[in-house]
Amino acid sequence: MVEQRVAPSEERIWHLLEEVSDPEVPVLSILDLGIVRAVRVEGEDVHVTITPTYSGCPAMNTIATEIRLRLLAEGITKLQIHNQLSPAWTTDWMSQAGREKLEAYGIAPPVDGTATGHLLNLFGEDTAVRCPNCKSEHTHLVSQFGSTACKAHYQCDDCLEPFDYFKCHA
Amino acid sequence: MADVPTHATTLAPTSPADAQALLLPYVLQLADTSLILAHRLSEWCGHGPILEQDLAMANIALDLLGEARSYYQYAAELEGKGRTEDDLAYLRSAVEYRNPLLVEQPNGDFAATIARQFLYDAFHYHLLLQLQQGPDRQLAAIAEKSVKEAAYHVKWSSEWVIRLGDGTEESRRRLEKALESLWRYSGELTTPNATEQALQAAGLVPDYAAIQQQVDAHVARVFEEATLPVPQGVFMQKGGKDGRHSEHLGYLLTELQYLQRTYPGLQW
Repeated sequence: MVEQRVAPSEERIWHLLEEVSDPEVPVLSILDLGIVRAVRVEGEDVHVTITPTYSGCPAMNTIATEIRLRLLAEGITKLQIHNQLSPAWTTDWMSQAGREKLEAYGIAPPVDGTATGHLLNLFGEDTAVRCPNCKSEHTHLVSQFGSTACKAHYQCDDCLEPFDYFKCHA
Repeated sequence: MADVPTHATTLAPTSPADAQALLLPYVLQLADTSLILAHRLSEWCGHGPILEQDLAMANIALDLLGEARSYYQYAAELEGKGRTEDDLAYLRSAVEYRNPLLVEQPNGDFAATIARQFLYDAFHYHLLLQLQQGPDRQLAAIAEKSVKEAAYHVKWSSEWVIRLGDGTEESRRRLEKALESLWRYSGELTTPNATEQALQAAGLVPDYAAIQQQVDAHVARVFEEATLPVPQGVFMQKGGKDGRHSEHLGYLLTELQYLQRTYPGLQW
């Protein structure tokens, strides 16, 4: 006898997705990051729409697999994951809880409104980023490009600790 | 170099359906351009002058690779013959590649890599700004995604042009030498080939004259800060966008495609 399964509610799926973490910043769930754009349940079919943070982000395949595995554990087999490019991901979508978790983890959260959106800011003032270790505002940019596509490399002038800054992307 | 297939011969005038058919070679051109430059930058991985700049080049390579994948996936869909993004990247020969000559030029020293990147970034950033407002929804979506990344790239390479140009005698000498050999490839970026002309007529490719003005203004500003003269009256090379490449591309593809050519269908 084949057991007739009914997919859980959209609310339940959002709840399950909260348990899927970003493979490169494991302290953040994919909801904290704003990667999941939509969840739709149609009968037994579940549709999850995700958007990449950066074009070449190597974590996207892993994230799709993790979503599949998490929902599979709940018996959801008829899952379609859709990739959506537009509207393009922005750090504005990062949750407040996510920002707090990031700082506690040692990564400075994005400072909104500081994306490099204009060409005129060559050698401009560095964004004032608070050191996640000693909370000093006396820090300086080492490189706009850090350990992953989404991070810049900073150093604290007070405690001298180097740290990652999750750069603003808007 | 004879018998290179071009899309040039039967183009004008362009109906909307013809223009749609020409979108495939243009999307492949965008894909090839991003892929080839990404590969060149990735050759620096582990060899950068300092760790932070090694990371910067790897990051930019990754952004470009991601952009290339989006274009290849779209090209595969437009073609509709069952070829995948991997088939398009790994199983086309040099004469089928449509990237402009600039991006296939060898890395040389760090100054040459910076010069190549700067000339490309200035164009790329302004192209994406236009493409994201274009009528083709998928191209606009890819551009909207990539322009944010390209803004970081052009900032990075512009600042390095200023550092090297207005730096030491040695850094300036090297940058001048790089520009002397690479400037001649910059014109091809905004010189439309037959495919691009037809697509421009249909509104699917932005007006390159307007982009050229924005690029010129940016280059002039950066070169002024770098205390470098803007080269004048240089004869511009072209041909890459029609499959006529320099000798460098074949070697690059030999390495890039080695695994799929040797072990067809191999997967991670």
